[in-house]
Amino acid sequence: MGVEGIGASVVRKEDRRFITGKGRYVDDIKIVGLTHAHFIRSPHAHAKVKSIDTSAAKDMPGVVGILTGQQIVDDKVGNLICGWAITSKDGTGMKMGAWPAMAPETVRFVGQAVAVVIAETKNQAKDAAEAVVVNYEELPAAADIRAAIKQGAPQLHPEAPGNVIYDWTIGDEAATEAAFKAAANVVSLDITNNRLVPNAMEPRAAIGEYNEAEEHFTLYTTSQNPHVARLVLSAFYNIAPEHKLRVVAPDVGGGFGSKIFIYPEEMVALWASKKVGRPVKWTGDRTEAFLTDAHGRDHLTNAELALDANNKITGLRVKTYANLGAYMSLFSSSVPTYLYATLLSGQYNIPNIFAEVISVYTNTTPVDAYRGAGRPEASFVVERLLETAARQLKVDPAELRRKNFITQFPHQTPVIMAYDIGDFGASLDSAMKAIDYAGFPARKAKAKSEGKLRGIGLSCYIEACGIAPSKAVGSLGAGVGLWESAEVRVNPVGTIEILTGSHSHGQGHETTFCQLVAERLGVPISQVQIVHGDTDKVQFGMGTYGSRSAAVGLTAILKAMEKVEAKAKKIAAHALEASESDIVIENGEFKVTGTDKSIALPMVALAAYTAHNLPDGMEPGLKEGAFYDPTNFTFPAGAYICELEVDAATGKTSFVNFVAADDFGRLINPMIVEGQVHGGLAQGIGQALLEGAVYDSSGQLLTASFMDYAMPRADDLPSFKLNHTTTLCPGNPLGVKGCGEAGAIGASAAVINAITDAIGNNKLEMPATPDRVWHAIHG
Amino acid sequence: MYETIYHRPSSVDEAVALFGKGSDSKYLAGGHTLIPVMKQRLAAPSDVIDLGKIKELIGIEASGDTLTIKAATTYFDIMQSADVKKSIPAIAYLTSVLGDPAVRYRGTIGGSIANNDPAADFPAALVSLGATVKTNKRSIAADDFFKGLFTTALEDGEIITQVSFPVPAKAGYEKMRHPASRFALTGVFVTKTKAGDVRVAATGASQNGVMRVPVIETALKANWSAGALDSVKVSDSGMLADIHGSAAYRANLVKVMAQRAVTAAG
Repeated sequence: MGVEGIGASVVRKEDRRFITGKGRYVDDIKIVGLTHAHFIRSPHAHAKVKSIDTSAAKDMPGVVGILTGQQIVDDKVGNLICGWAITSKDGTGMKMGAWPAMAPETVRFVGQAVAVVIAETKNQAKDAAEAVVVNYEELPAAADIRAAIKQGAPQLHPEAPGNVIYDWTIGDEAATEAAFKAAANVVSLDITNNRLVPNAMEPRAAIGEYNEAEEHFTLYTTSQNPHVARLVLSAFYNIAPEHKLRVVAPDVGGGFGSKIFIYPEEMVALWASKKVGRPVKWTGDRTEAFLTDAHGRDHLTNAELALDANNKITGLRVKTYANLGAYMSLFSSSVPTYLYATLLSGQYNIPNIFAEVISVYTNTTPVDAYRGAGRPEASFVVERLLETAARQLKVDPAELRRKNFITQFPHQTPVIMAYDIGDFGASLDSAMKAIDYAGFPARKAKAKSEGKLRGIGLSCYIEACGIAPSKAVGSLGAGVGLWESAEVRVNPVGTIEILTGSHSHGQGHETTFCQLVAERLGVPISQVQIVHGDTDKVQFGMGTYGSRSAAVGLTAILKAMEKVEAKAKKIAAHALEASESDIVIENGEFKVTGTDKSIALPMVALAAYTAHNLPDGMEPGLKEGAFYDPTNFTFPAGAYICELEVDAATGKTSFVNFVAADDFGRLINPMIVEGQVHGGLAQGIGQALLEGAVYDSSGQLLTASFMDYAMPRADDLPSFKLNHTTTLCPGNPLGVKGCGEAGAIGASAAVINAITDAIGNNKLEMPATPDRVWHAIHG
Repeated sequence: MYETIYHRPSSVDEAVALFGKGSDSKYLAGGHTLIPVMKQRLAAPSDVIDLGKIKELIGIEASGDTLTIKAATTYFDIMQSADVKKSIPAIAYLTSVLGDPAVRYRGTIGGSIANNDPAADFPAALVSLGATVKTNKRSIAADDFFKGLFTTALEDGEIITQVSFPVPAKAGYEKMRHPASRFALTGVFVTKTKAGDVRVAATGASQNGVMRVPVIETALKANWSAGALDSVKVSDSGMLADIHGSAAYRANLVKVMAQRAVTAAG
């Protein structure tokens, strides 16, 4: 490892511009002739749109155009798609209702757009929007899962009788049934996985720009995957052909999954720019973010664990209802199925697993992937069950876990996943040592003597990252491959540009990706530029989500680097009159091993581009590309332990300690990894203690601002103690697994296990607010 | 936000005159309520009259048995004031747990009580301490000033100029923070006056805004100690109930926060 190579905690290159307010976000972009869009949104959760009267509004000052859902239909703009087909247990496909970008006939959640006003200023657009008269006929709403599945519930889409989108199963039902029949003990738990609002710091935004002379569109958008956005916009939405559409995702202020999807507002901005003949900007405000960014989680689950007389787990049975909201968002179908139920084996050797997932429509904001995407839900089910089992069986929760850990790798679970490597015992040992697990009973007794309720909770999570082997996900219904691309350009004077299909929206790629180049070539990271987020600059790529950018994106860069190095070595050998096999790369120089002969990288690069003296038959230039398709998922895993105290008088939880022992494989930049874990833990703890999107029975979002939706703040969180245990991932040459989501996946169960331990009552839903904890204690 | 005319008068008289000229004028103090509702287009004042730069409305005076805080004094200045810390430290403490630093730099005591949010901190202090609100027209006892949710005795165009607090023998404030907004989910201010009277006020509890709590006052009058409240039961009738706290929970918090405030008061 050099000072800037792999494993070095290099300070982030991108932070200077971010912390001095000089990032360039979509809303910062100014274009000559720019107009501003304001959407007219439904105040009702379910209603017929009877009429839209724009006559008074269209002549108001500054108005450039008013467009409605009917015009979307008339122009044959495609309905929003769902990119992952799920097949029900009866063999039928998804029962998917149509989702036009603006509603021509029926609105199905509060905040759904019915029309857009485009004006010279945002304020003029808002003024005119108030003069547009929309006549609604209200319909009864189904605002949650229970309301949607009961007899006589309001029907959202004619395509989905009973509001059921699919009823999907995984695993061997009969074998699992037999395991439960033979079980010595069965543990059962009802679990609500609360609905979350992603709340990236930067709200979504889009600018559509149509160049009539060239019949060319440009979309600037807050996207985690601009190439996928271009693909979907051109292939399915009929707005612009792929070669006439450039999508730019510049600096993006956080995504957490919510900016994977292509939303109606981007479609409308792009479509409208041609309709009105002017560039159209839309920047969402925080209320629009609450109402229209795809929400996360929202499951109702019953889970059962079967154990034999030796406390070995013999079976797991899960039935989950998943709320997908009013429409199927881009990857919504996969989150509660293949991203959830395939992780239900956790870190444990469970011979029989059967899960049934029923996804339903409700009159709420669409639900899709949010940091962890299915895996937090799975981890929460498994780790709450293990903890509950330990209490029911009166055994130590750490010992019960250890007894059932998978210890031989590779390990094929009964639910598709084949774990490649791990050492779950090492992580648990590390976490237990860090928190002095053995000393807990004494600490609990001491706290009790002082009138405090102290609890400890474990969570041994596993996740599947590095998504994903394209052939495998294709066989499971994915509409895309999940490889990544890279291009390495060595410029004539020796500086380097890395073009990557990954997209950084907070992850620090501009630093970590450079560290690979520093490691390989020994050049300073200041000589390397990461180029991403622009389909005109970068070859097709798949983007950043699912903790995939190191395992897949960085591996693609490595593959391209290897090709560049091979060619550069040939050029160096030719220049130094040495054998290619004798050339080694050190500190930015190509050396003939065992001699003092060398040539610096800039001279090699210059030679490649002057082409005056290249080996016979060699093409000029020094630029190589690679596409990398992973062979397996990666499996980050770890152990989190939370120790806390509950104030019985108020129900308030106070952290005593929170320790993490993660196995992410090789760390590229430990400081950035630490930051990712901190952020993930904050979101996991936020879900456990604070965050919850709540609708009333009519489908109004009660938590539509930060006055009611509790985001975690620094003083809500403990000072984390992070540790690492390492097994190198065998599936990629760097040995990396991914670290972006682990905290959000593992933390919630540790917190709830600790609180329920403290209060001696296992019935507690997330978020465990002081009010709920107090009621759990006092009834 | 709708268009509005912004004014920054330098005297109370000028502010009142400006208010009268506008068709639908609003005074602006810290702006934590008015500005967000204007941005959401839920308020459309013709004229916004900023009271924040009127020198005669800023300052703190302690004289003998009275602490006087002028209306446009910021929370930060109240929190930092040696006079406040010396005469009524419970007010300094209340201010230190009010919002966050950004809020404390802008928010003012006058703005807080004029708005009378049912979960604001300062109304509890005024009612418990038996403060007097002085305006450009008259003096109003705190008990008569707060009239329910977001409603006060202020007349149209009337400006709060200062709040005078009698210095008590003992006073304390404790609150449970609202998990999202950080207002008081429930907060209780307890006062033992120099004459031996006990006054207790709760915020974030009643559906009618800040309220006295007679059952706690009676118990503390008999025995000024946290333990004196152990057997007291606060009724949950008329208590606020929402996703962050049931009525029963808030009734419990009134008692628990009162106990802790007594302990803090010493």
